[in-house]
Parts: sequence; C-alpha cells; structure tokens
Amino acid sequence: MSDPLPRFTAAERAVHWAVAVLMTVCIATAAILYNGSLAVLVGHRHVVEQVHVWCGFALPVPMLLGAVSAAYRTDVRRLNRFTSADRDWLRSKDRRSGRIRVGKFNAGQKLNAALSAGATLVLLGTGTLMWFTGLVRLSWRTGATLMHDWTALALGLLVLGHLAYALRDTEALRGMWSGRVSVHWANREHAAWADEVDPG
Amino acid sequence: MPERPERTEQSELDGTPVGRRVVLGLLGLGAIGVVTGSAVQHGLSRALAPLQMRDPTGLSQLVPIGNTFRYYSVAGGVDHQDATSYSLKVSGLVHTPSTYTLADLQALPQIAMTRDFHCVTGWYVDDVAWTGVRLSHLLDLASPTLEAAAIRFRSFDGVYTENMTLEQARADDVIVALTMEGDPVTHNHGGPVRVYAASMYGYKSTKWLSEIELTANNIPGYWEDRGYPLDGFIGE
Repeated sequence: MSDPLPRFTAAERAVHWAVAVLMTVCIATAAILYNGSLAVLVGHRHVVEQVHVWCGFALPVPMLLGAVSAAYRTDVRRLNRFTSADRDWLRSKDRRSGRIRVGKFNAGQKLNAALSAGATLVLLGTGTLMWFTGLVRLSWRTGATLMHDWTALALGLLVLGHLAYALRDTEALRGMWSGRVSVHWANREHAAWADEVDPG
Repeated sequence: MPERPERTEQSELDGTPVGRRVVLGLLGLGAIGVVTGSAVQHGLSRALAPLQMRDPTGLSQLVPIGNTFRYYSVAGGVDHQDATSYSLKVSGLVHTPSTYTLADLQALPQIAMTRDFHCVTGWYVDDVAWTGVRLSHLLDLASPTLEAAAIRFRSFDGVYTENMTLEQARADDVIVALTMEGDPVTHNHGGPVRVYAASMYGYKSTKWLSEIELTANNIPGYWEDRGYPLDGFIGE
C-alpha cells in the first residue's frame, strides 16, 4: 500500500558495491597466495600478487570518496555511535522480536562495520610493510605477516557472516541493490528508523 | 507522536562512539602484533610446525598458527620432472660445460646442513634439514673462464631466473639441494633439484633448477627485476 522507503542513496550503494568487488578479488587472490596447492596450481605468483596488492590499496578509496556524500557521512556516524538501546539489543535474548526498537542499523551491523573497518586498516598497514620490504626490519615483517594472516582469516569470517545474513534477508539485499525497502520490513527490522523517515 | 522519532534519531546519531574505539583498538593490537609477533610466532612454531609439516590432509595449513612453507610459483603449471627426465646443465663461461642427470648429482659428494629458511616477506621455517651438492664443487668441475664473474640460475618452469656473483655462489652454504627433511625434494618445494642458499632470502634459492649459466655480469633475476635486492642476504 505505502511506497517503499528510501534506505541507501546511489552514492552509498556505489561505495558498497565497489568495496564488495575489491574485497572479493582480494579474498580470491589471497586464497591463491596463501594455499600451497592453489598457489602451485595457478602459479603466476607475480601477477596474482600485483592484483591482490593493488586491489588492497584501492579498497579504502571508495569509502574515502563516499565522504563527499552527506548521506554516507550520516550513516557512518550512525554506525559509529552505540546507544543504550544497542547495548540492550546485544545483551537481550529476544533481539529479533522487535521489542527493542532498532534504528537504521542494529548493534550487530554496527559491530560488523567497526570490526571490518579496523581489520581492513590492519590489513592495509601490515600489507604495506610486507610489500615494501625495505620499510621495517625483518622481525617486524615477520610480525606483519602473522598479523596479516590472522586478520585476513577474521575478516574473511566477518564477510562470510555478512553474506549469510544478507542472503537470508532478501529485503535487506534489495535495500542495498535498489536503495529502497518495504515499509513492512522497515517496521519489523528497523522500527525507530522507519518512524524517522516516515513519521506518518 | 512526532516526539518519539525525533528522540530516536538524536540518540542514534549521538550515542557513544564505540565504533571508533573498536577501530582504534584493532589498530593498536595490530601494531603490537607487528612488533612482538616474531617472538610469539617463534614460540608457536616450535610447538606446531612439526605437526603442520606432517599433516597429510593439509587442512592445518589453512590456520596461520606457526611457521610453515608457503609455496611460490611464478609460472603457470610447472611440469613434473623425475629421475628419468631431469637434467641440469652447467653452461656459459666455463671450460667444460656439462649436463648432469639426477643420478649423476647423487653420485657426487653430498653435504648436509640444517638451517632456517627465510622469505623476504617475513615468514620463515626453523631448522630445515637439507642435503645436496655444494655449488662450488659443480663450479670447480666446470672450471669457469677468467671472464666469468656471476651465475645465472634457470628454472624448468621456463620463467624464473636468479643471479649471484661467482664469489657468493662459492660460499660453503650454497648447495644444489637433492633432499629436504630426509626425503627427495618434492615438486611443490622445487624438486627434484633446487638451490638452497642458507644465508640468503628464499627468492635466491631457485626452485626446479635446470641450468647454471656462468656470465660476465651479475644479471638481475626474476624478483631482482621486480625490485628485490640484488644480493638478498638475510637481515639486510
């Protein structure tokens, strides 16, 4: 009956999908570089390395460009800020019941955003130390390799979790694809936000 | 009714900046990990590397717990070579060029050494046992001419090359390796025959060795062309 609600602007969606493509390439090339059987099977180590490194360096670029969009900046702020309702949501056993009225993002999405952003920066930093071998001494490069491996594993799991939630909720996926979501979905999953965009 | 949405909006935009703290916290942990990780990994690897190297499933390799080999190959698929097909050429500026089969190499005096394997990117494996023919012995047999000043190693992957000065190549700890950890060097580790230069980073230790060419100049090899140091001594 009611029109769908605008959830993400074109700029936000462009940032999301650009990061998604770069992240996918990074993960695929990481698997080849890291797994011995794949590495020997695919070979061409230098090319794979180049693709991995440059997609990695490019990963933050869409996010930085997104900062020119006011809507993007506002959503980053929303993800950054945890309210008392977010803490209740994380602690409660009935967080999906709708009892706690969730804003545009639930506390799980906020945590995922923070952990993904932090992990991406750690990967960027440690990757830089590994790539430019003259920057720091050998023992720090060893430490950087260890951190890069563990952080990559953790971020890979976060990405898998993100995908699992997205694929389970096609309306959420539609929100990131077309920018709009149904009022029904918004009221169920993000009631406080639904009231905010459509007080009627 | 308009009360509630307004209050909600304010609270979502003005909560505690937990996200920022998480990001900064992870960056701090990452920095500590970079500085102390080598020592931590050293302890872990002592305990776990033997397990990983003997894990027939290879699954433990998916978890970055300790120091294990990463398998680098710069070409596409590399053909497998064995005792019947393998040959090593010693060529270039020498008085007696020759070609060795695997059996020829095995018949030469073998030396054993147990040393760490260091990759320039930072990973390393402790105490790897190697045996093989000292490169200096092969060079003596070939008798380099006066113009010979350097070595160019080639790989039967068809792409990889490496360089060393003649002086570096004559060092006692540079061998043409035939076994690793008591068994013939496997294909993934660059077998049946590879170089192992103990004092140098792994990229100097050419895998799938097919030719040792003596040259007048120290011609940069594959990774040297891509920015790695020409000498490649560990720690430099």
